[in-house]
Amino acid sequence: MSRDEPAGMHAGAPATRTGNRGLMLEEPLIFEIGQDGITAVDLDPVTNVGPDRLAGLERSRPIGLPGLSEPQVVRHYTRLSRLNYAIDLGPFPLGSCTMKHNPRLNEKIARLPGFADVHPLQPIETIQGALAVQSILGEWLVRLTGMHAVAMSPRAGAHGELCGLLAIRSALEARGDVREVVLVPESAHGTNPATAAFAGYRVEAIPATAEGRVDLAALQARLGPDVAAMMITNPNTCGLFERDMLAIAEAIHAAGALLYCDGANFNAIVGRVRPGDLGIDAMHLNLHKTFSTPHGGGGPGSGPVVFSEAVAPFAPLPFVERDGDGFVLVEEENAGERRASSFGRMGAFHGQMGMFTRALAYVLSLGGDGLRQLSGDAVLSANYMLRSLEDVLDAPFGSSGPCMHEALFSDEGFAGGVTTLDLAKGLIDEGFHPMTMYFPLVVHGAMLVEPTESESKAALDQLIDAMRGLAERAKAGDLTLKDAPLYAPRRRLDETLAARHPVLVYRDPGEDKAAAAAR
Amino acid sequence: MRYLPLSDADREAMLRRIGAPSVDALFADVPAAARLDGPIEGLPGHASELAVERQLGALARRNLAAGEGPFFLGCGAYRHHIPAAVDHLIQRGEFLTSYTPYQPEIAQGTLQAMFEFQTQVARLYGCEIANASMYDGSTACWEAISMARRITGRGKTLLSAGLHPHYVSVATTMARFTGEALLCSTPALTDGSPGDDGALLLAAIDQETSAVVVQYPNVLGHIADLSELAERAHAQGALLVAVVTEPVALGLLRSPGEMGADIVVGEGQALGVGLNFGGPYVGLFATREKFVRQMPGRVVGQTVDAAGKRGFVLTLATREQHIRREKATSNICTNSGLCALAFTIHLTLLGEAGLRQLATVNHARAASAADRLARVPGAEVVNGPFFNEFTLRLSREARPVVRELARERVLAGVSLGRLYPTVPELDRGLVVAVTETVTDEDVETLARALEEVLR
Repeated sequence: MSRDEPAGMHAGAPATRTGNRGLMLEEPLIFEIGQDGITAVDLDPVTNVGPDRLAGLERSRPIGLPGLSEPQVVRHYTRLSRLNYAIDLGPFPLGSCTMKHNPRLNEKIARLPGFADVHPLQPIETIQGALAVQSILGEWLVRLTGMHAVAMSPRAGAHGELCGLLAIRSALEARGDVREVVLVPESAHGTNPATAAFAGYRVEAIPATAEGRVDLAALQARLGPDVAAMMITNPNTCGLFERDMLAIAEAIHAAGALLYCDGANFNAIVGRVRPGDLGIDAMHLNLHKTFSTPHGGGGPGSGPVVFSEAVAPFAPLPFVERDGDGFVLVEEENAGERRASSFGRMGAFHGQMGMFTRALAYVLSLGGDGLRQLSGDAVLSANYMLRSLEDVLDAPFGSSGPCMHEALFSDEGFAGGVTTLDLAKGLIDEGFHPMTMYFPLVVHGAMLVEPTESESKAALDQLIDAMRGLAERAKAGDLTLKDAPLYAPRRRLDETLAARHPVLVYRDPGEDKAAAAAR
Repeated sequence: MRYLPLSDADREAMLRRIGAPSVDALFADVPAAARLDGPIEGLPGHASELAVERQLGALARRNLAAGEGPFFLGCGAYRHHIPAAVDHLIQRGEFLTSYTPYQPEIAQGTLQAMFEFQTQVARLYGCEIANASMYDGSTACWEAISMARRITGRGKTLLSAGLHPHYVSVATTMARFTGEALLCSTPALTDGSPGDDGALLLAAIDQETSAVVVQYPNVLGHIADLSELAERAHAQGALLVAVVTEPVALGLLRSPGEMGADIVVGEGQALGVGLNFGGPYVGLFATREKFVRQMPGRVVGQTVDAAGKRGFVLTLATREQHIRREKATSNICTNSGLCALAFTIHLTLLGEAGLRQLATVNHARAASAADRLARVPGAEVVNGPFFNEFTLRLSREARPVVRELARERVLAGVSLGRLYPTVPELDRGLVVAVTETVTDEDVETLARALEEVLR
């Protein structure tokens, strides 16, 4: 098959007139489908229209929205949906992303009118059930982590990181301790240094040992009165538990600093160890990872943060407190009497309620015993992947002990210019979502595989078999991998072109930028 | 346990391959002093789907849902009718259970939908480009302030008194840590133009000003032309940031971009997302093309594949945290994908004609409701111009009035005492939102209930 032929189900198959290939359907943009005057929404007519109160601000030019009928809209988005891979379709072993099954009970619960059709500013007497959900889920999170308190309002993991660091900074400043540096292990996720910088700190990296863990000696040597905190990820991004965690926490605290833990990998340890017993002062939890709320193609997330006793008083507003048989919402107006030292508000209203209802349905379904079983199965499945592949793929930390929820491989031994990217695209042709590529940065051509607890053994065996085949091709320098994927809706996309000449919006044929700007 | 596929036989076979005696042995690196040897005490065990539904259904019934009676709340979250197709489509597993589109060959559905979303947002806001969404309106507002600072190199921002107080609170919190100077006053219930401090802002813009942030319509429902502010800001080298919490308004009103705003941000919840007790929502973010590399958040761009076919990818990642680390434009990693999809599907269903009609219905219903409520003894309409939300001045404190009406299952609006508890001059204010979901009977019920309590 030549490179300029369209992608098809079978190499060499003739092109079709439509560009479609049976069930593989091409779909134009809504702007190329729509017609003026068509709408998919019929509204009840208004009878008593008086003069408008728009003070002459009425729109004089059209917006430029296409008009489609309901059947066209339903077909358009249904066809688009079929161009996506998803957990519902197959394994999604994307390391550090915890792509687990999203139970449909969660969706049903979140849509109950008593949760979905409630306004955040309703009188407190009319929202007791919503506050109860926040409070009960918060209690679960506190118990599962062994921490002292929880802030439910952060919108996602990175927002949670920011919340944790701002609370830590406030706690330090409250004792008159102004410090400038946050230490981040070199294997950290990119949000960690970005968050520390945003919180006003200078970021310094702490090296890893040859076995893929934080270098305790290097950490101890660097600690000093200028260090505000360390942001650690445990289990770390190499898929390993930080064995020296207690010594790390002790050293941090002895230096007068505080310890932040990135809880993105909590799925590995839920029910097995409580971060509160490891000396952690603040940690975010991704409800869209460990607690099964759907990723939705990139959000919405939810990133509650749990705190130690030392940092809890500085947690953000708002929060929910029990008050007799009911619940109160603590906001700016009543924070004075209940949490005067709070560092403030991070978002409008009270947090990602729709994610809380889903996560609560999940923890109630699994219970304390099920959550412990799930971390066991997640770690078991990752170790099974590691030990089933380490003879064909280099596992740089394979001798550093069992991995946790994810197995890390490198591109060592790939021949003829075949790369991690090529193997990933080959996995697409095999019907899987690829693993995380080129992360963590400390491993060359990193491949981070997180199967989660949601896969059957048969699914794992099929994934292992596909990866073994691809690893052998990569080591044999099989350059046909450069053409992968062949069986996806698109061949490889030109990302350089997209970045050099950004086209971020559709322009109507003949429409120039000036006309668009004058809209 | 219904979510776990492994059988005990599977587990044993897998342990044999691994060469470990037990699952517990895989946790050997966890310090023994901290390792748990059984389920955490005090947590209930696993439960059936039916049992969980019963338990959470009971909690849901402890809330008064908006649909259970007349409902008039707005102030940053609006109740609109969402066509049935929206929820059906966003629940397709290929959208619901997919990830951030890092592998574009198998994520064209999400990517194309986000490209359409960006185009819709840019056009609605009257801007050249938009990103693929932010957490919500309040965080998008703060990101706009930060972006203006990066562009102008100046550290002083003027916030209009008509900006939603939660948005002000978020900005104030963040600014305390970044060193941004924010100037903001509380709104006044000025007859004809509540919360309008345009004249003060015009006078305050100077050569140290990075940005002026104005909400349109403002939190008290007032609408005012932004053109003069834009001109004055530009003359001083500052940027105009416009905040829109009710996107339906732009079906009828001139867009902020058209009036000269440099960055337009807002809340998209009103279209497709629903009330959800405040979240998750979806932040909209649009700006001028020349500022693209200072824009935060994810963006989708058009490109071609190896066979020359049009396709879409995440692009301009060099602004983002996973490449730039501590030098990123923002620490934000996620957007609000599924809510953005709901927004875009709802707006596609409406189209130009539908959105205009929806906005017209909202404005007409709100105008007739304002006329009816103005006849209630003890209630005055403060606003002159407004879109679908206006402020009443009551003859007594509004907050207890709202509570009393809620006991009769009438959700009358948002009292300014709730939003500005420390400003006694505002405590008789009640912000009333009227969308297409409000009937004439609802308005009559509210009017009579107010007549009763204000008597």
